Amino acid sequence: MSYRYDIRLSGSGGQGLILMGIILAEAIGIYDGKYVAQTQSYGPEARGGSSKAEVVVSNAEIDYPKALKLDLLLAMNQKSCDDYYMDLKPEGILIVDSTFVKQLPTPRAYQIPFTRIAREKLKREMVANIVALGAISKLAPIVSSKAIEAAVLARVPKGTEKLNRDALKAGMTAAQKVKKISFPSAPAGFEDEDT
Amino acid sequence: MKKKVQKKELLLQGNEAVVEGALKAGCNFFAGYPITPATEISEILSVRLPQLDGTFIQMEDEIASLGAVIGASLAGAKAMTATSGPGFSLMQENLGFAVIAEVPCVIVDAMRGGPSTGLPTMPSQGDVMQARWGTHGDHPIIALCPSTIRECYDLTIKAFNYSEKFRIPVVLLIDEVVAHMREKITICEDEDVEIFNRVKPTVPPEWYIPFEDTPKGVPAMANFGDGYRYHVTGLTHDIKGFPTSRPDEIDPFIRRLFRKVSQNFADIQIGEFYQTDDADITIIAYGCVARSARRAAADGRERGLKVGVLKMNTIWPFMRAQVEKVLRTSKVVIVPEMNMGQMSREVKRVNKGDAKVFTINKVDGKIITPQEILSRIKEVY
Repeated sequence: MSYRYDIRLSGSGGQGLILMGIILAEAIGIYDGKYVAQTQSYGPEARGGSSKAEVVVSNAEIDYPKALKLDLLLAMNQKSCDDYYMDLKPEGILIVDSTFVKQLPTPRAYQIPFTRIAREKLKREMVANIVALGAISKLAPIVSSKAIEAAVLARVPKGTEKLNRDALKAGMTAAQKVKKISFPSAPAGFEDEDT
Repeated sequence: MKKKVQKKELLLQGNEAVVEGALKAGCNFFAGYPITPATEISEILSVRLPQLDGTFIQMEDEIASLGAVIGASLAGAKAMTATSGPGFSLMQENLGFAVIAEVPCVIVDAMRGGPSTGLPTMPSQGDVMQARWGTHGDHPIIALCPSTIRECYDLTIKAFNYSEKFRIPVVLLIDEVVAHMREKITICEDEDVEIFNRVKPTVPPEWYIPFEDTPKGVPAMANFGDGYRYHVTGLTHDIKGFPTSRPDEIDPFIRRLFRKVSQNFADIQIGEFYQTDDADITIIAYGCVARSARRAAADGRERGLKVGVLKMNTIWPFMRAQVEKVLRTSKVVIVPEMNMGQMSREVKRVNKGDAKVFTINKVDGKIITPQEILSRIKEVY
């Protein structure tokens, strides 16, 4: 039986969400060997405005390429959290950038200040997206840390590998520190999938 | 001994797959003007083509872009341009020139919301009829429409093949969703893909008749600069390429242009029947909507509804035989489109009444969802 795992990464233009989507899709599709479809939606502005990237994962060919009901929602600002929370499955995972998301629609959310970590620990706010990717690899059962690291290093510009690896590690560490919220950890039949 | 096949597994965007397909087909000339959502094609070819001794030119606008492409093709290049709705409008004049002068070329139109500047970053399927009748005068055209990344690659190769085989401009209609979507695709470096190159004259230059009628309807094409001097014009011309106003030359010429395409429907019309054999309800779809249709059909079958899908990869010439087949066997035919009904009008035109044809028209800049198709099925069936 085939399954679908629908991910939406959302926030405002300039936060690097589409790059995140590409890296996540590459990690899951190329390095973890599953079927993926990555789509995006953004406004005509270069910065600002709403932006989102979606990744659909399956063990079979994917028909509808956009996310249906979400298994994982990352909200990098308040507006995206408000707009898309309703699309989350009851057992879906919500991860928010607590630098910007102050009002939570549910207590069952992982709050990690990705942008603050990037700004204070790594001195570069622009790697907040990579910090978030690190956290996703620890909080969601959909991608391995190894695959995400390989995919990040393959996509980022030359000379920034150390910065990005540190960002990824910072995200993973932050995710390990947050209190685990108990969900059924994965869709049925997902974990014993041969990969 | 079996050759070792070099396989590359890549996560590619629709536009990137178009580039890979074009290069595989032998594209060595690109002239264009960047526009969302087709920019990536220009961007990547501006790097790749010079590396392969090809030519990339960013022109001053889309009119000049297609002009350059036509010139390059006449000189023997396999030439392409890529644009979106607003640029495609500007290209219509030269598109007609390429039809009448029988110049092979490929035009990619990544469809965004229109009319005019419209919705630069949002999908639509509003250019279906523009691809067919955008340039004036009665003329044949070939337009292809991919719905997966694999099809972006394969159909770009086919677009080049058709253009070379039939000496006709071929339009590749992609929608923004497919153009910007990324999927995994496996490309075999030394895969045997059928590549067709235009037929060149075998006679000496003084015997060459540039627009001669042949059984296939496609005259041999000499490169400019190879010593075969002939006249190329947008005026209706005789077999030597010079303007004519003789009815007995005009009529066979126009009919030959149409015959090139109409006697090759079997080769040109590509589509896919998905569970249509026992279907009471058939969804006819193309582009990204075909993917929603597949999902809706699967969901419908789970609920006990016999739903099938006819996916059109060839938009023009209209796949009449295939559409008539599902119109005969289904009770209900649904045509979901991201326009106000450009293809459904064609489907209704050929309906003899065995099936009822219903439309879904979505023009809000969003893809049609499987749920919307299912709701429509419940409404009408």
